[in-house]
This record gives sequence, C-alpha cells and structure tokens, in this order.
Amino acid sequence: MATMKHTLIMLVQDRPGVLNRVTSMIRRRNFNIDSITVGHSVTPGFSRMVISVDGATTAVEQVRKQMDKIVEVVKITDITNENIISRELALIKVESTPSTSQEIIRIAADVFRANIVDLTPDSIVIEISGDEDKVNSLIELLRGFGLVELARTGRIAITRGELGPLQKHEQEIRKKPKTQKDKKSKTAKK
Amino acid sequence: MAKLKGAQILCETLIKEGVEVIFGFPGGAVLPLYDTLPEYPQLRHILVRHEQGAAHAADGYARASGKVGVCFATSGPGATNLVTGIANAHLDSVPMVAITGQVARPFIGKDGFQEVDITGITVPITKHNYMILKADDMARVVREAFYIARTGRPGPVLLDIPKDVFEEEVNYKDSEPLDLPGYEPTFQGHPLQITKAAKLINEAKRPVIIAGRGISISNAYEELKELAEKAQLPVINTLLGIGCFPESHILSFGMLGMHGMAHANLAIDAADLVIAIGMRFDDRATSKIAGFAANAQIIHIDIDPAEIGKNLKATVPIVGDAKNILQSLNQKIESNTHTKWIHQIEEWRQQHPLFTVRKSEELLPQYIIRQIYESTNGEATIVTGVGQHQMWAALHYCYDKPNTLISSGGLGTMGFELPAAIGAKVGIPDDIVWAIAGDGGFQMTIQELATIAQEDIAVKIAIMDNGYLGMVRQWQEMFYDRRYTATPLAGPDFLKIAEAYGIAATRVDSKIEVIPAIQQALNTPGPFIIDFRIEPEENVYPMVAPGTNIAEVITDPRDRSILPEKAGNIGSL
Repeated sequence: MATMKHTLIMLVQDRPGVLNRVTSMIRRRNFNIDSITVGHSVTPGFSRMVISVDGATTAVEQVRKQMDKIVEVVKITDITNENIISRELALIKVESTPSTSQEIIRIAADVFRANIVDLTPDSIVIEISGDEDKVNSLIELLRGFGLVELARTGRIAITRGELGPLQKHEQEIRKKPKTQKDKKSKTAKK
Repeated sequence: MAKLKGAQILCETLIKEGVEVIFGFPGGAVLPLYDTLPEYPQLRHILVRHEQGAAHAADGYARASGKVGVCFATSGPGATNLVTGIANAHLDSVPMVAITGQVARPFIGKDGFQEVDITGITVPITKHNYMILKADDMARVVREAFYIARTGRPGPVLLDIPKDVFEEEVNYKDSEPLDLPGYEPTFQGHPLQITKAAKLINEAKRPVIIAGRGISISNAYEELKELAEKAQLPVINTLLGIGCFPESHILSFGMLGMHGMAHANLAIDAADLVIAIGMRFDDRATSKIAGFAANAQIIHIDIDPAEIGKNLKATVPIVGDAKNILQSLNQKIESNTHTKWIHQIEEWRQQHPLFTVRKSEELLPQYIIRQIYESTNGEATIVTGVGQHQMWAALHYCYDKPNTLISSGGLGTMGFELPAAIGAKVGIPDDIVWAIAGDGGFQMTIQELATIAQEDIAVKIAIMDNGYLGMVRQWQEMFYDRRYTATPLAGPDFLKIAEAYGIAATRVDSKIEVIPAIQQALNTPGPFIIDFRIEPEENVYPMVAPGTNIAEVITDPRDRSILPEKAGNIGSL
C-alpha cells in the first residue's frame, strides 16, 4: 500500500559515525523520512534504529536495500505489516491562563490519561506516550490554547509475540564468537 | 611478539594482502609512512605529480590486473585531491584502497594545518571508510578494508590515519579476526529464481542479453559465451561491458545506449526478454527509462541487491555472483535457435551501417582508431578519457578480450586516460597500452607525463586534437544552435610539451601520415605521444537524443527530424 507509513527497524554496530552514514544515505538518495530514533539494543556493542518512512513519496524497498549496503548495518527489516506496538513520547508546553488551565488539565489527564509534569501560572507541561495517532490528537486539541514548545521523540516500535527476524539475528550474534573467514556467503534471500 | 610501529604494521599487512605497487604523493602527515617504505622493497612506490593521478592510476591498475589498486596521499589538500578518483572508482565498482594521512590525534577536529574531514567527505563516495585511531587496530582494519574493497560489488575503501598512529608502537598481532557482522555479500543465486529465469529463456521468441562490467568482475566470460551459444542469444553490452564477450563473435551485437549501435538499440526495443547481467540500467545505456524494453520481461542478475528495482522493475531478479549464477543457469536452459530473430537484427545492422568510416581524405578519428586496431592486431589495451574520442574508441575498435577497454563510465572523468594508462601498464607490463585522449581532458592530468618519463612507463598516447571540447561542442551544435560557448580550445603545442618532459612524440596532420606514425610509436621503446590534428567538427554517431526512447537513433548527421524541438527539456546531461 503506497500511502502507508512504513516502519523499518535496523540493527547497527555501535561505531562512531554510524548515524552520519545513515542520514547521509537518506539525504543523498532523496528519501522522505518522517522520523529516526536510535538507542542501545539488547546486545552490547549494537544499537537499534527505527525509521519511519513515508511510503507515498519514497520507494521503501530502496530505502531498505540501500541502508543494508552500509557496512555497519547488520540487519534491517520492514515491520509495517507485522503485528507491532509503536509508541512515541511527547512533552508539550502549552500556554495557560486561570480560565483555561482547568480545561487543559481535564483534556490531558482525564481524556488522554497523560501526565502533568509542570505547572506555572502561564504554562503547563504535559507528558504523553502512546501511538502516533493518540499523540497527534492531543497536540491538535491543545493547539487551540497556544503551544509554546513541543519535544517529540519520534516513533519506536517492537513486534508483538514470537521472535522477529531482527531478534533472531541478535540472538545469533550473542551466541557465537566473532569470526569472519568465509569469502562465499549464504544463499540469496529477500 | 614483536613491537612494531603503525607504519610498519601497515606495510606488513599490505604485503600480506598481495600489494606490489602503490601510487602516491608524500606530505607532512605521511612522512612517517614514507620513511618506513624503504624497509619493504617488495612494495614499489610510484610517485605521481597530482594525487588525482594516484587515484586514477590505482583505478587503471585494478581494472587491468584484477588486483586491488592502492594509493597514498597526505592530509588536507592531498586527501581532497583524491576525491574525484575515489568517486570514479565508486561509480564503476573498482576495488581500491586509498590511504590518507591525517593530523595527529590531539589536533583532530580543531582546524589544524592541512586538516580536512576526509572521512566525512568520502562517506557518499566510498564503499566504506575508516579513521584508524589506534595502531592496535591497524592490521585488522587494513585487512577488513581489502576484504570489503574486493568482495561483493567491488569499490573504494578509504583509510584515514593520524600521523602519530603511524609512529605508535604496539605488539603486532596479525591474526585477529575481521569484525564485519553487517557485511555479507550474496554469492549464490536462489535456485528457484534461476529455474524461473531458465523457463523464460527457453520460451522467449526474441531474447537479448545485455552484459555489463559485472561479467568482467566476476570472471564469467566462459559462462556468458556458453549461455549465448547454447540458446543462441544475441549479446549486447554496455560501455563498461565491452570486451566481456568477444566482439568478433557472430552473436555479438555491440554496445547499446546513447551512442550505441542502432541495431542494438532496435533489438532491445523489439525484444520480448532481456537478460541483464552485471549491469545497472544507467541512463546513458537506457536513455528514457519509461518505455525502455517496453515489450520485454526482464531477468536482472546482479550481485548488488540495491540495483535490482532501482531503475527498472525486474520480472525475475537474481541476486548473486554472475559466474556462479550463470553456471547454474546454463545447466537449466535448453539448446535453442533464434534464426529469424537474429536475421532481423542483422537486417537492422545492414540498414544502419555505422561500422564503415565514411570515405574522406580528411583526418578522421574513426580511421585513426581503426588503424590502431589493425596495427596492434586488436591486442592492445585501450584506455580512454571522456568525450567524443571515448565513444569513437569504444565503437571503432573490435574488443575481443576482457578488460581491454578501460574507460570512466559512471563518473565520466575527463583526464582519466593518462594516469589510468599508467596504472594499467604497470599492472600488465607485457601488454601494449594505448591511451586515447582528447585535447581537453589530456590537459587536466597532463602533469603525469612526468611520472611516465621518470618511471619510463611505455604507454603510447594518441591525442585526438580538434581544438574543441568535442562532446560539449557536439551538443551545442545539435541542441543549442551551434552556439559554441566556452568550447573552443586554444591548445598548447603538444610536441613542445612532450619535448619538455623528455618524451618522444610526433604530429599527424593528414591521413597518409597516420599509419607511419602509429608504426613509429609501436617501434619506439618507451612512451610515445602522437598529436593527431583531426577534423575539428566531426560528430559521434549514432546518437540517441537525451529524453528520447532508445530506438530513436540518429544515424544520419543531416537528419534533424528526430531532434527535440527545444533544448529546454533535455533532462539530465
């Protein structure tokens, strides 16, 4: 489906400059990326990236294959069609007045079950985590009150249930010692 | 375990990787490395005159010899001077390791003297690059660099080494395993895909093979020949695929693309099956991609999975090594004949005869290339620059052996010819190497004549001297109403330049002088330059105008009916 947002997860070696290589590739190939997040993975020495790609304007398969060419990228999978949990965290600072603060707090805490983490006479900071739609809805509702600043993390995602290809790969890495002798490789896939 | 300096470990590892020649230019940051070189006489260092020459020489060396080319440069401007050569190797998939010095570790990132972020600069144009921050990593990283450069789809790898790392002394461990969990080139094609492909081949009525440089890289000439002969498949090649199938073979139908043979382009347009091997559907080959091979299903065999589907959707993609895949494929296809189809392509060839040079007493470049072919029995290795002369060299010499045409295809770098010819001659010293140059591009790397003279490298050089930037002038003639802006060249007297460098040379002004001059060049030991003053406004034909379908070939210089109305929508130049 061309209009869908695609989620790619990537296992990369934790080496200086890896993020640079990934973003350089995005720029050079003119890929349209919504967000990119990165953090340590379960396996020491490896990081995990989540890239959200706009499938309407970018050939997602090309993104996947070009990223895979980067030497530090160990594995990359498109999990869009898997059973996934995706979340984003946002800290939203909204203008408040004595007359609006009650309403803001009601929307945030009661309706969205978000947290109020800061309260001053002029502003309120709300912390919300949830899937992208939920976060977007709250932001749109609060926009009417006047947004001061918005800090969003971008989407992270993980598959539900049994081991996905990335997880299996990580397990293999943790099990075996580091060697690389063969010149020939496994059969083609993908 | 011996304690060695970083520079020594580097040299030891280079030797272990089979390096015999290095092209380079010294400087402050690489002084410790150069001071160590004499301890390793197995490494021959050839001093160039510009680092771009070092990179192109390493490139030509790699293409001619099949080994990984190696070049050295110092930090800052030395490193940036390599950039064009590295980009060139990247686009044409040439295995190369470029080693640059860097300022000492405490000075990195502080805008020091001759400091430049070469690793940052070369990220988009290298297969991979490293900055080696500890001499402990030297042996492993250098081995990784060579492994990455020569395996899978070959490409340039850059190693940036700070000056103090060259001098750092550590215990030398040479057997550390490589650490490349993310690098695993696919070698074997998927058997199901190969079966699908075989079925399409067996059933096709008008099949063609388009063979590219991947055949040469993979050493798959025998397998390609077997495939073509077994199923009687016409073989068409890209510029960089020239020589991977003998052009004198009855099934060879020449080069496709913007300046390809008319019958090759027409055949692709009419084909019902295209078997693309080791080629990437570059825009010079396909012209307008929408409508390219519109009537055909596509089998795309390539070692780089990212190329499949990048420009053209493939019906049957097969990722893997060409030689390996063709071996399996050849077992699954049936013997077949396509007499009617081949007869049709032959008919097109008769209708658009461009292999005959038009009868003329003027000094024509096509005639010169022909004579070089005749005088060397087609056994020379031809190294070209970029431009009209490149196309004439590709079209009018019959290449029967692999790697006998060395040309900058992807990047199209003017000035490639001279340093690359140096590298090629060093790589295959017993072969005749001819550099075919244009008077424009030749001046871009002309300083390497000093390298030829100093090292006595017996390259024969033919300058197609027409006083113009030929290819640009041709476009200005065809699409810009002959407005020759910035294309006329008031060239130097190349004979005087040759004399200044101490290289034998002669000039040819007329047709009857051509054969004697070529004979003189071949009979004179050592390097030789011939300045051919050719017909100034000669054009390359055939031609496909940019943005048009590949079948719309302009074969008659006077036929302007196919040209686009305006120069405006030409698209990519």
